Amino acid sequence: MTNAFDVTDLHVTIGGSHILQGVSLEVPRGGVTALLGRNGVGKTTTLRALLGIVPATGTVRVMGTDVLGWPTHRIVRLGVGYVPEDRDVFAGLTVEENLRLAEQTPEPHYDEVYSLFPELRARTRQRAGTLSGGQQQMVSIARALLNGWPLLLIDEPSKGLAPRLVSELAEVLERVATLSTVLLVEQNLAVVRRLAQRVVVLDHGEVVHTGAADELDDPVMARRFLGVAGAS
Amino acid sequence: MTVFLSLTFSGVALGAIYFLAASGLSLIYGLMDILNFAHGLFMTLGAYAAWDAATHAPASWGAPVIFVVSLVAAVLGGALAAGLTEVLVIRPLYGRPISQILVTIGLDLAATGLLLGAFGSNPQSLPVPLWMMEASHFAGISLPNADYVAFAGGLVVLIALEWFLRRTRYGIIIRAGVENRTMVSALGINVARAFTLVFVIGGAMAGLAGLLYAVVFSGELVSPTQGDSLLIFAFIVVVIGGLGSIRGSAVAALMVGLVQDYTNFYLGNHPGMAEIGNLSVVLLLAVVLEWRPRGLFGSAL
Repeated sequence: MTNAFDVTDLHVTIGGSHILQGVSLEVPRGGVTALLGRNGVGKTTTLRALLGIVPATGTVRVMGTDVLGWPTHRIVRLGVGYVPEDRDVFAGLTVEENLRLAEQTPEPHYDEVYSLFPELRARTRQRAGTLSGGQQQMVSIARALLNGWPLLLIDEPSKGLAPRLVSELAEVLERVATLSTVLLVEQNLAVVRRLAQRVVVLDHGEVVHTGAADELDDPVMARRFLGVAGAS
Repeated sequence: MTVFLSLTFSGVALGAIYFLAASGLSLIYGLMDILNFAHGLFMTLGAYAAWDAATHAPASWGAPVIFVVSLVAAVLGGALAAGLTEVLVIRPLYGRPISQILVTIGLDLAATGLLLGAFGSNPQSLPVPLWMMEASHFAGISLPNADYVAFAGGLVVLIALEWFLRRTRYGIIIRAGVENRTMVSALGINVARAFTLVFVIGGAMAGLAGLLYAVVFSGELVSPTQGDSLLIFAFIVVVIGGLGSIRGSAVAALMVGLVQDYTNFYLGNHPGMAEIGNLSVVLLLAVVLEWRPRGLFGSAL
């Protein structure tokens, strides 16, 4: 079976800054692969380059299809859901309109989405801009799940959420990961340990380590790659 | 009081035309970040399409039918011109907003020059039904029927546009695209189609504005530069209303139409005050921007 993502020698330059300097990584099908690294090393840019949101050079294959240079909407329609770093819900649209916008298949998985986020069912007419941060995150994830895409790119889902919500979110993502392959960017090490089977570590725009997620249990590894204490 | 009411209704009619001219401009900017200087051209071409249709239609159809035909021709002419502009001129320059703006200026200048070459600087007379020029009495005031037609045109378009933006999938895509078009693409939606659609809708409304302006305020005359003079007020309306906001454009268009009408009537007859109507609109713009720098309705749609 082909990998979910095969990335070779990916370079991205934005505004004169050479942000990705030859990223190569493989994301196998199934489970969660976490993309880790300190702030500003290029994790979000990597996800955006995979989706064609930022121009890149190199090779990007999504489920075996070479997609470099494709417009974003075509890459997404191969079966890639995206949860961006800042949620990016459409504030002026209602929850229902946000979800309706994401429909790309004849039979969107509303039952599944509402079983994961029952709170959204009661807020369909509410403007997304008036939701709390946690609720906006629900909308953002729900949009990515609505079509049952086999691949998900999820960027810092716990960012800005209260600890209780982070725990609930991790629970949801655990269920999501049984249905789709997830490439997850996350700074919260507890969430990574709970969800990920594999980790890819970026530093200065390059992959510096690839391995099993349980390697992060070693505090030396955690400190070396992520700049955090990493103690469990 | 009767004079004031008459002025108010004619100001509303003028506002309706400004709304038709401005709303497409506002949508195009909101979705695509393009200040479309070719929008005046769409108005002019709409008016010329109406003139062409009306002068070639058999007289046996009768004046009312011919006017409806010219109305449809104006809408289609504006829409076609805008659609072709987006596909042939704007699309190859996606990602280069400055180039897109410059090319719309060039297109407007070139096409206006071609129209001047083809038709000369003398305006063409647009055949309209006589009843359009007649006055009707309503609420104690007397206004030309053309004013009612302009008002009805603006109102119908506003309602249709609101329905389209709120109730249809493409309307939702456009509203979402005004907020964050990158995220719209990341949901698997081809935003380029929405771009073309917005140009076509904007062009259709501009074409209608071109025709109604010729009928109501230009003495049924169509000229190559009429769109450009209307474009200036359309830009002012868009900025006052808030870039990308249709409701803002509607409110601002009414304000501009009314202020222009009132000041022209009450102050325009004084020595040296002939242009006071236009000056008052610019002053209104300055006051609104001082109070709300992002316009009355900000960037919300």
